[in-house]
Amino acid sequence: MREYTDKIRQIARRLLEEGKVDRVIGFKKGSMPMMNEPCVIRRPQDADQLIWDGNCGINLANYLTGAKDKVGVVAKGCDSRNIVTHIIENKLDRDNVVVIGVPCQAMIDKRKIAAAVDGEISEVTETDDGKVVVRGNGFEKTFDRAETLQDNCAICVHRNPVICDEPVADPVPEQTDVDRYADIRAIDAMSDAERKAFFDDMFAECIRCYACRNACPLCYCPTCFVDESRPQWVGKGQDENDIRTFHFLRAYHCAGRCTDCGACERACPVGIKMRVLTRKLEKDCKELYGWEAGMSVDQRPPLDAYKPNDPDAFIK
Amino acid sequence: MKFVKIDEKQWAEGIGKLKSGYRVFGPVKEGKDHEFRELTGDASPDMAFSNTRLSPKSVVYPQSEVMFEYTTDESRPDHHILKEPRRDDTPRAVIGIRPCDALSFLLVRRNFDSPEYKDPYWLRNYEATTFVGYGCNDPCATCFCTSAGSAPHDTQGLDALVVDRDGGYAAKAITEKGEALMKAAGWTDAMDEAEAEALFADRAAAAEKKITRQVATDKLAEKPSMDLYDAPFWEDVAFSCINCGTCTYLCPTCWCFDIQDECRGCEGVRTRNWDSCMAPLFTAHGSGHNPRGEKVQRVRQRFMHKLKYYVDKYGEGIQCVGCGRCVRSCPVNIDIRKVCDMMNAYDPEAANDCACPTT
Repeated sequence: MREYTDKIRQIARRLLEEGKVDRVIGFKKGSMPMMNEPCVIRRPQDADQLIWDGNCGINLANYLTGAKDKVGVVAKGCDSRNIVTHIIENKLDRDNVVVIGVPCQAMIDKRKIAAAVDGEISEVTETDDGKVVVRGNGFEKTFDRAETLQDNCAICVHRNPVICDEPVADPVPEQTDVDRYADIRAIDAMSDAERKAFFDDMFAECIRCYACRNACPLCYCPTCFVDESRPQWVGKGQDENDIRTFHFLRAYHCAGRCTDCGACERACPVGIKMRVLTRKLEKDCKELYGWEAGMSVDQRPPLDAYKPNDPDAFIK
Repeated sequence: MKFVKIDEKQWAEGIGKLKSGYRVFGPVKEGKDHEFRELTGDASPDMAFSNTRLSPKSVVYPQSEVMFEYTTDESRPDHHILKEPRRDDTPRAVIGIRPCDALSFLLVRRNFDSPEYKDPYWLRNYEATTFVGYGCNDPCATCFCTSAGSAPHDTQGLDALVVDRDGGYAAKAITEKGEALMKAAGWTDAMDEAEAEALFADRAAAAEKKITRQVATDKLAEKPSMDLYDAPFWEDVAFSCINCGTCTYLCPTCWCFDIQDECRGCEGVRTRNWDSCMAPLFTAHGSGHNPRGEKVQRVRQRFMHKLKYYVDKYGEGIQCVGCGRCVRSCPVNIDIRKVCDMMNAYDPEAANDCACPTT
């Protein structure tokens, strides 16, 4: 990871020095173990604040929405696909963004690690040989990095940036023998009652802080439907139907757009696994249209395109 | 009977006895984390917790609370009349609340119980509640209660304080409410006062030593509000913020709410729900104008309210008890300790060398 960090700093410094960008968006070291903070660098001499490690799970495309200046952005595979989505959806001009592409080695899941140790964690280090060493008051535990990955990273098949102007390293091998939808098929196979119970349980903890929505680069509506007041579509209390409406509708708004970056689950303060919703729709888009979101700036997404030879009669 | 000792059996029996006179709330483990929940049936508090994920503020101030019910059905004699729903104002007890969280109720009370205004919902819930604190032996790395007017064994806001003791607990009654609860629980096994004083003092001192992070607040009151408001660091502080409501909803001292009518057909309720100053809708005017339409304005507001406006208005310190929840759960690692230090140290004369734009 040290090489990645050095290279990111070097690229950011050069881009700022040469005036190719007005600012660079990346990560700086956080104030707690397993946390980094998205940051913006405007002067070449500040480029050394930038870092890279397994705690850069936040999707930085979220900070590019509507950018009009020249921006450099550190982007792993999923971030790059959301940058593509931003370009397709006219939220960003390709000419305004310099993608500092990071071949991603997957992000570690701080909750998984916290759950696997007893006591408060004071330090987490990643070693070059694929281990994660976790230290706390009176304990030290070493994990294989592969055991500690965010759920979405464990099944990721696009770790390399799909658009890249400034590569940070050579591409990493992509995972090929991954079953992305085992849990989705299990939910599909449930009876109605089981499925309702599954979702009731899943949303029981939701406090409607909207961290999932706000961490998502797709959720850029000026006013989200849950915040509309004229008319008001959804109640604002803790009614379970209102909570479900929020989650289901938000997922539908992401159909054919979600890159499964995992920002929603990562941000959720109460650990709701809402990616099952977006992955169900991802699976549908793949099976019905052969579509994966954010792979090319030259293709319209299936849900905003019309073809004269559409096989369905209702649309003609 | 100021101090009592409680062995494990007496503790468990006492919790059971309390349930006949109180609705009992306590920490319960859910997954990896603990939350305060009502302990029904045989449930007992799980005292092996450091800090709950959400604060216990919802015991007194639920996320969603019905204020009135109404009907617009004109065939009914009481149509268009706001009626208070049946409330449960029976005594409740929070067992195992941490001293920082207990102090938060006193901070929030300044808002809900002032000479000008008394909030009936909050006050009735608050007055019905007995707070039994649990001295904190192992503060988290994110805790800074000693910089925020509290301490791991502080008794402000508590009716009784329980600390660990070999083979069980020792308890101290602080108010009459606390004494009554201890009597109701059958915790009456008096403890030698000198021995108890020493135990409480030792525990408190040992825990306090473990708080490693201090936050400077001493200069906040003297800084001109407009200097802080115009400080150039807000752009930088706000950059990473995604404007979710995590910090405000987890915070024990955030008290803002929104009032909503919800109806089906002719039947409706008026509720109040927690609201968050992080949301643009919080300040959206009916005209469409929004005085805090930009993220940076909202982030600044949250910190200015907690660390400056509250300090100036009440003269009782910051609106924060140092529980560290916002630090731990912020998805993008915005850290109130850093922001507070920055505000406390801010000098507009020396602020020219800043990477962030001064817009």
